[in-house]
Amino acid sequence: MFEIGAIFKIFLATVLVNNFILFRFLGLCPYIGVSKNTDSALGMGMAVIFVMTLTAIVTWFIYHYLLVPFHIEYLHIIAFILTIAALVQLVEMIIQKTAPALYEALGIYLPLITTNCAVLGVAMLNKDTLFGQNLSFIKCVVQGFGAGVGFTIAMVLMAGIRERLDIADVPQPLKGVPIAFIAASLLAIAFLGFSGMI
Amino acid sequence: MASEASTRTIMVKGLWKDNPIFRQVLGICSTLAVTNLVLNTMVMCIALVFTTALSSFTVSLLRNHTPRRIRMMVQTLIIAFYVILVDIGLKAFWPEMSENLGPYVGLIITNCIVMGRCEAFAGSNSPVPSFIDGFYSGVGYSFILVIIAFFRELLGMGTLFGYPMPFFSTIWDKWIIMVMPPGAFFALALVIWLFRTISADSEEDSK
Repeated sequence: MFEIGAIFKIFLATVLVNNFILFRFLGLCPYIGVSKNTDSALGMGMAVIFVMTLTAIVTWFIYHYLLVPFHIEYLHIIAFILTIAALVQLVEMIIQKTAPALYEALGIYLPLITTNCAVLGVAMLNKDTLFGQNLSFIKCVVQGFGAGVGFTIAMVLMAGIRERLDIADVPQPLKGVPIAFIAASLLAIAFLGFSGMI
Repeated sequence: MASEASTRTIMVKGLWKDNPIFRQVLGICSTLAVTNLVLNTMVMCIALVFTTALSSFTVSLLRNHTPRRIRMMVQTLIIAFYVILVDIGLKAFWPEMSENLGPYVGLIITNCIVMGRCEAFAGSNSPVPSFIDGFYSGVGYSFILVIIAFFRELLGMGTLFGYPMPFFSTIWDKWIIMVMPPGAFFALALVIWLFRTISADSEEDSK
């Protein structure tokens, strides 16, 4: 019972309080690049949730059953990045064969995810904070899933704001990226309000 | 080989004309997170300059022997090699700093600048100019982050490099929000805005 509470807390914390974009600054490139309209933001978000959850699962196994037995934990960075690259490729192929409609929807966003620091961030964060605890596998998966959900929420909110910003009258040098960062800053302040929750 | 003039062009490009931050807006992810303290930022930036310069150099050395289809994989491996060097080095010689930076050192690997320079410049140029290009791109990126860190630490905590500053640690009402995440976004936005305004002016002057 106690563990279920702890797991729920991890989920809530990664979605709202330690939001990957607004609190940990991970995945800012797609955040600024893809958040121009709500539909593509949602598509990207879905792809990220999917890949992050899978990454959390696979890297846990790789670390415990490949790196630890051979005492090569110091190679975790390289192992994780290769895993993610291979995983994205694999997911892309599987989706293309089995669900062409989904592939059409996610299409261009999938390859972009390989260079998304948020995905590697999940793997590294899991390794640093959760691997020592009991039930670490479930906690890692929950953290991966939660991080994806948090990413999607921040992304969609931002896309909504930017759609409105397009028609606003913004000074020339502030157009585009700088104003997006100011909006992100205000959004981050709003998210700070959640920190009292846990 | 790099002549004097071309070295200068590369330098100006990396530092100003194609500055990674306010021109291309690349790779802010992993480094912005540590800009709440100037010291952390500097260490992180040195790590980044080291990685960018040396991986550009290595990629360029191997460019004629790498099949084009797998070049992304090769580049990733080369970058990962240098990142691991930095990570292990920090852990061995400066454990407290390694603790402070946490997973962000490892995340240099997904920093778009490193890969971007390898792909855009090192893949088609000889090793020495590639090294210079990587170095100055890294420096151009770093100086902006150090500016951001300077103001965040000064306004948010009233210190610099951990030492309390006159005025800012006593009379100044500290802006705690500056050392929290929103402050980073805000400072970055203002810095990009400022530099874009300046560089727009200088372009008009040269016309």
